[in-house]
Amino acid sequence: MNTEFITVNPESIIDESQKLKFQGYHLMQQCATRIPDAYELIYSFGKDLEVKQLKITLPEDQEISSITSIYPCAFIYENEMHDLFGVQIKMINIDFEGKLYRTAIETPFK
Amino acid sequence: MSTRSVIPFGPQHPVLPEPIHLDLVMEDEKVVEAIPSIGFIHRGLEKLVDKKDFNEMVYVAERICGICSLGHGLGYSEAVEHIMDIEVPARARFLRTIWSELSRVHSHLLWLGLLADAFGFESLYMDCWRLREDALDMFEASTGGRVIFSVMKVGGIRRDVSDEMLKDFYQRINRMEEELKAISKPFLTDMAVQTRLRGVGVLTAEQADALGCAGPFLRASGIARDIRSTGYCAYGDIDFEPIISTEGDSYARTECRIKEIFQAFDIIRQCIDKMPKDGEIEVPVKGMPNGEYMMRIEQPRGEALYYVKANGTKFIDRMRVRTPTFANLSGLVETLKGCDLADVPILVLTIDPCISCTER
Repeated sequence: MNTEFITVNPESIIDESQKLKFQGYHLMQQCATRIPDAYELIYSFGKDLEVKQLKITLPEDQEISSITSIYPCAFIYENEMHDLFGVQIKMINIDFEGKLYRTAIETPFK
Repeated sequence: MSTRSVIPFGPQHPVLPEPIHLDLVMEDEKVVEAIPSIGFIHRGLEKLVDKKDFNEMVYVAERICGICSLGHGLGYSEAVEHIMDIEVPARARFLRTIWSELSRVHSHLLWLGLLADAFGFESLYMDCWRLREDALDMFEASTGGRVIFSVMKVGGIRRDVSDEMLKDFYQRINRMEEELKAISKPFLTDMAVQTRLRGVGVLTAEQADALGCAGPFLRASGIARDIRSTGYCAYGDIDFEPIISTEGDSYARTECRIKEIFQAFDIIRQCIDKMPKDGEIEVPVKGMPNGEYMMRIEQPRGEALYYVKANGTKFIDRMRVRTPTFANLSGLVETLKGCDLADVPILVLTIDPCISCTER
């Protein structure tokens, strides 16, 4: 199984996602990991049993565009990254505005 | 246009064993839109990587869910094993496969029972859960647990299973198969059951693929994507084909799951026949994991992803679990559009929702 991680810039995430969409890939998952002063985002796309994974390093104070305009089902993953890690994502199609998870403290994984 | 109204569905509802909330936007009796809300039972298990070392995290992973607990332990262990380049002994791989398929049997029987209960067929519900007890008994005999098994570990498994017990499993499975044939008949042929399931909540192959759906929910729409085909554990040594249906409705999802139980029986029999008669069940784990890996396994409810990032110490940086129900929520929202209010409980059930898995 190919689980190679392809590094991309936060600014090019829309273009990269669009390319994968045209190639017939579906969205498998998006997740965030905390690293010093930044987040590491992994976006996984699948086609049959093949996998492509994009890795994005996003500075803590920077926003990233939502890919829900390309993959509408991304809303659930992006709301999760926002609620648990505090990742700033703009233009999510269904934005729960921090209310997807009912956590005792705000952005507990930050 | 009729006046629109919003009906809250859940978080407490007779068909929901766990809490999820849907805002159903209605026009008369038809659902126009459904907006899901989760987060009622979020436990933050992934955050425990700060406090539990990479070996202890196997137990944390198992506690994500009470139905597919074995699969969570397996997925996490396999991810760490890939990072550490550990080759698990053949006997352990086969036993992992047997337990994974037993999980599928008990999960699908549980779901069939809940479905029968949802459309008011109480005796069928009891029959499904009675048969499920046999699978739980086999788990108890071989692992010591009925819900949380604690049998998985990085590098192999904790308990071997004797040849006598495997022979007993073989006979029990044959007996269960005969009983399932009788139980599956009303699900597949009864007129009243078909009225509730046929043509309800149709999801086309294109929609299911675009929405990133997983498991029987996806395969019932005609897409033969089954992660067991990648050959993890001992699946590479087993003959099987993904089970699909083409209608994409609630009946197709039921049919897929019933066929998958029969297939699970066959895979267990193949494992018992093909597994090495003796040998090691674990290898020593040396050093600390350093690297990252995304493991995919086929849980009873569909594809689950386990991302592990390790840093060379005993505490890993990140464990992320993407469960099948999380992926299927988008598909659920799509199938609810245009359905009757009375069909909402059945449709919520047909994704086989596991909210504990979803929220972790």
